[in-house]
Amino acid sequence: MSSAEVATLPESEGFRIRWGDLAPFIALGVIILLGTLINSNFMSANNILNVITRSAFIAIIGVGATFVIATGGLDLSIGSMLAFVVGIMIMAMNALAPALGAWAIPAGAVVALVVGSLCGLLNGLIVTVGRIEPFIVTLGTMGIFRALITYMTDGGSLSIDRSLRNAYRPVYFGDFLGIPYPVLITLAIALLGAFILYRTKYGRRVTAVGSNADVASFSGVHVSRVRTMAFVIQGFCVAVAAICYVPRLGAATPTTGQLWELQVITAVVIGGTLLRGGKAHIWGTVAGALILEVIANVMVLSDMVSEYLVAAVQGAIIIIAMLAHRFTSTR
Amino acid sequence: MKMTKKGAALLSAAAVAGALTGAAAQAQDKEFTIAVSIPAATHGWTGGVVYHAQEAEKQLEAAFPNIDVIVSTASSATAQVSSLEDLSATNKLDALVILPFTSEELTGPVEQIASNGTFITVVDRGLADPSIQDLYVAGDNIAVGANTAKWLVDKLGGQGEIVVLRGIPTVIDDERIKGFQDVIDQSDIKILDIQYANWNQDEAFSLMQDYLGKYPHIDAVWANDDDMLLGVIEAVDQAKRDEVQYMLGGNGMKQVIEMVKAGDERTPISTPYPPSMIASAMYMTAAQFAGQAPMRGSFKLDAPLITPENADQFYFPESPF
Repeated sequence: MSSAEVATLPESEGFRIRWGDLAPFIALGVIILLGTLINSNFMSANNILNVITRSAFIAIIGVGATFVIATGGLDLSIGSMLAFVVGIMIMAMNALAPALGAWAIPAGAVVALVVGSLCGLLNGLIVTVGRIEPFIVTLGTMGIFRALITYMTDGGSLSIDRSLRNAYRPVYFGDFLGIPYPVLITLAIALLGAFILYRTKYGRRVTAVGSNADVASFSGVHVSRVRTMAFVIQGFCVAVAAICYVPRLGAATPTTGQLWELQVITAVVIGGTLLRGGKAHIWGTVAGALILEVIANVMVLSDMVSEYLVAAVQGAIIIIAMLAHRFTSTR
Repeated sequence: MKMTKKGAALLSAAAVAGALTGAAAQAQDKEFTIAVSIPAATHGWTGGVVYHAQEAEKQLEAAFPNIDVIVSTASSATAQVSSLEDLSATNKLDALVILPFTSEELTGPVEQIASNGTFITVVDRGLADPSIQDLYVAGDNIAVGANTAKWLVDKLGGQGEIVVLRGIPTVIDDERIKGFQDVIDQSDIKILDIQYANWNQDEAFSLMQDYLGKYPHIDAVWANDDDMLLGVIEAVDQAKRDEVQYMLGGNGMKQVIEMVKAGDERTPISTPYPPSMIASAMYMTAAQFAGQAPMRGSFKLDAPLITPENADQFYFPESPF
């Protein structure tokens, strides 16, 4: 948690530090404080590591979603796409295992990155070349990817080969100097995303296209190309999340990644990225993903809320966080 | 979206059951038509239902050449209603075997079909008006919970602290939890916590991690479904919590039956709520027509413990579930 906050500061140096930009981190701090007060186990190293590690999937996919949303797009297919990429990756690894042994894992990961990027490219091209609203396009591909994973698993589950299971397991459960690999991968992806978004010409075009596509177009920006590329980045991030996801349970099922698109979009918006585009906060997205996971964790650790009402309290906390954000950013 | 082999080629994903006419054309030398309407394979258990329905279709058609079986899957209650309309419009149905998506919405449409003299077999979820059905085949969710609890009380010597993961808020889930709690309440075993994990492996993994963080000592875990159990096992292994003596599920998922067969110490049993009940229902319905075996009434499949000794009877290696 603190690692994300500390890493934020050097990244936002190029901008004036505004309270609005810090809102997601303040909200995260408040929720962590609440969690500590509610249950003393909350701050235990194990619990904190579990929660941060679990939030990696939403955070990694969220980095990609920040690009798409910043260009004024929306991708509803990410949860299903994750399941589809996971399915393809497991099938590729299982097929390659007899020939390559443990090398089937990196080979499968490369397959995943290619397939994920292609899925993103497909979304992007339909949106830009076909000139169809991203909402409709990705609603369609959401159904397609979900049906494909259901078909691939016969409605059951698709498991990774036992010989690969133990070799691959550390990618989720292992750590480097005490920091779990998924956390390191999230940091790497977020740093890369922040670099592209804040330090490159493409990054500036992303927000330019999102704030006003016509103006961007008149100033010589190839709007379609920028938008398509954002979807490709999204697909790539989904594949990275898939690479971290498979070693955890070692299987894909038709419910893998179900409704993750809503969690990801929520994380991005809580993080301060405007849903209508034009403003992007990579580190805010990471904080947003942590907020969602911490809320869920605190709900289980507290005994105050009936199991029937957990979702209602979660929803209320998210709305309160957004209201707080609104008041701090208009200041 | 896997339907009958005959119909499959004609179907587009959207028109769920619009094109089952292909099957009717080939049914000329068949005396009896049995339609089977089930939910599409959207998760492990329904995946098993689809598999077993398709297997039973092949077996029944091979065994009784005069019977034609049409399997139709639907992805929602509304789609199932449309599918029923299409099935009855394009075929003369002698029998309908239906696993209704929801009780209330399907009652009217099924009653409509019954009024044409079609033999109605209802599976798993009952209709709002039981007088419509001729035959009712279902598992026993209360027994799934109760039998697991009895075993656990026995093994833990009537005391200990356990956590429970429940599924999606539905009658099925409520009954399992009730059956379990009623038995546990009579012992000194304390249920530390019960939360929803929506019959989802990932959510079960997260929830179990949180339970392990919250409670320093847990003697046993009951996830009321085997899909969730797989997530639970990963979380416990990761935390290296050796004091967790038993991790139990339910439903009889293939992977878990394999563990039972192998004599796993922490998961030595499961309880069946088998998707193959659709096959039981189809066989009984076929017997009504092909054999001289009247089949009317209610048939409740018991939920006996699956142990290493009898696991073979519940193990279907080809099934997706």
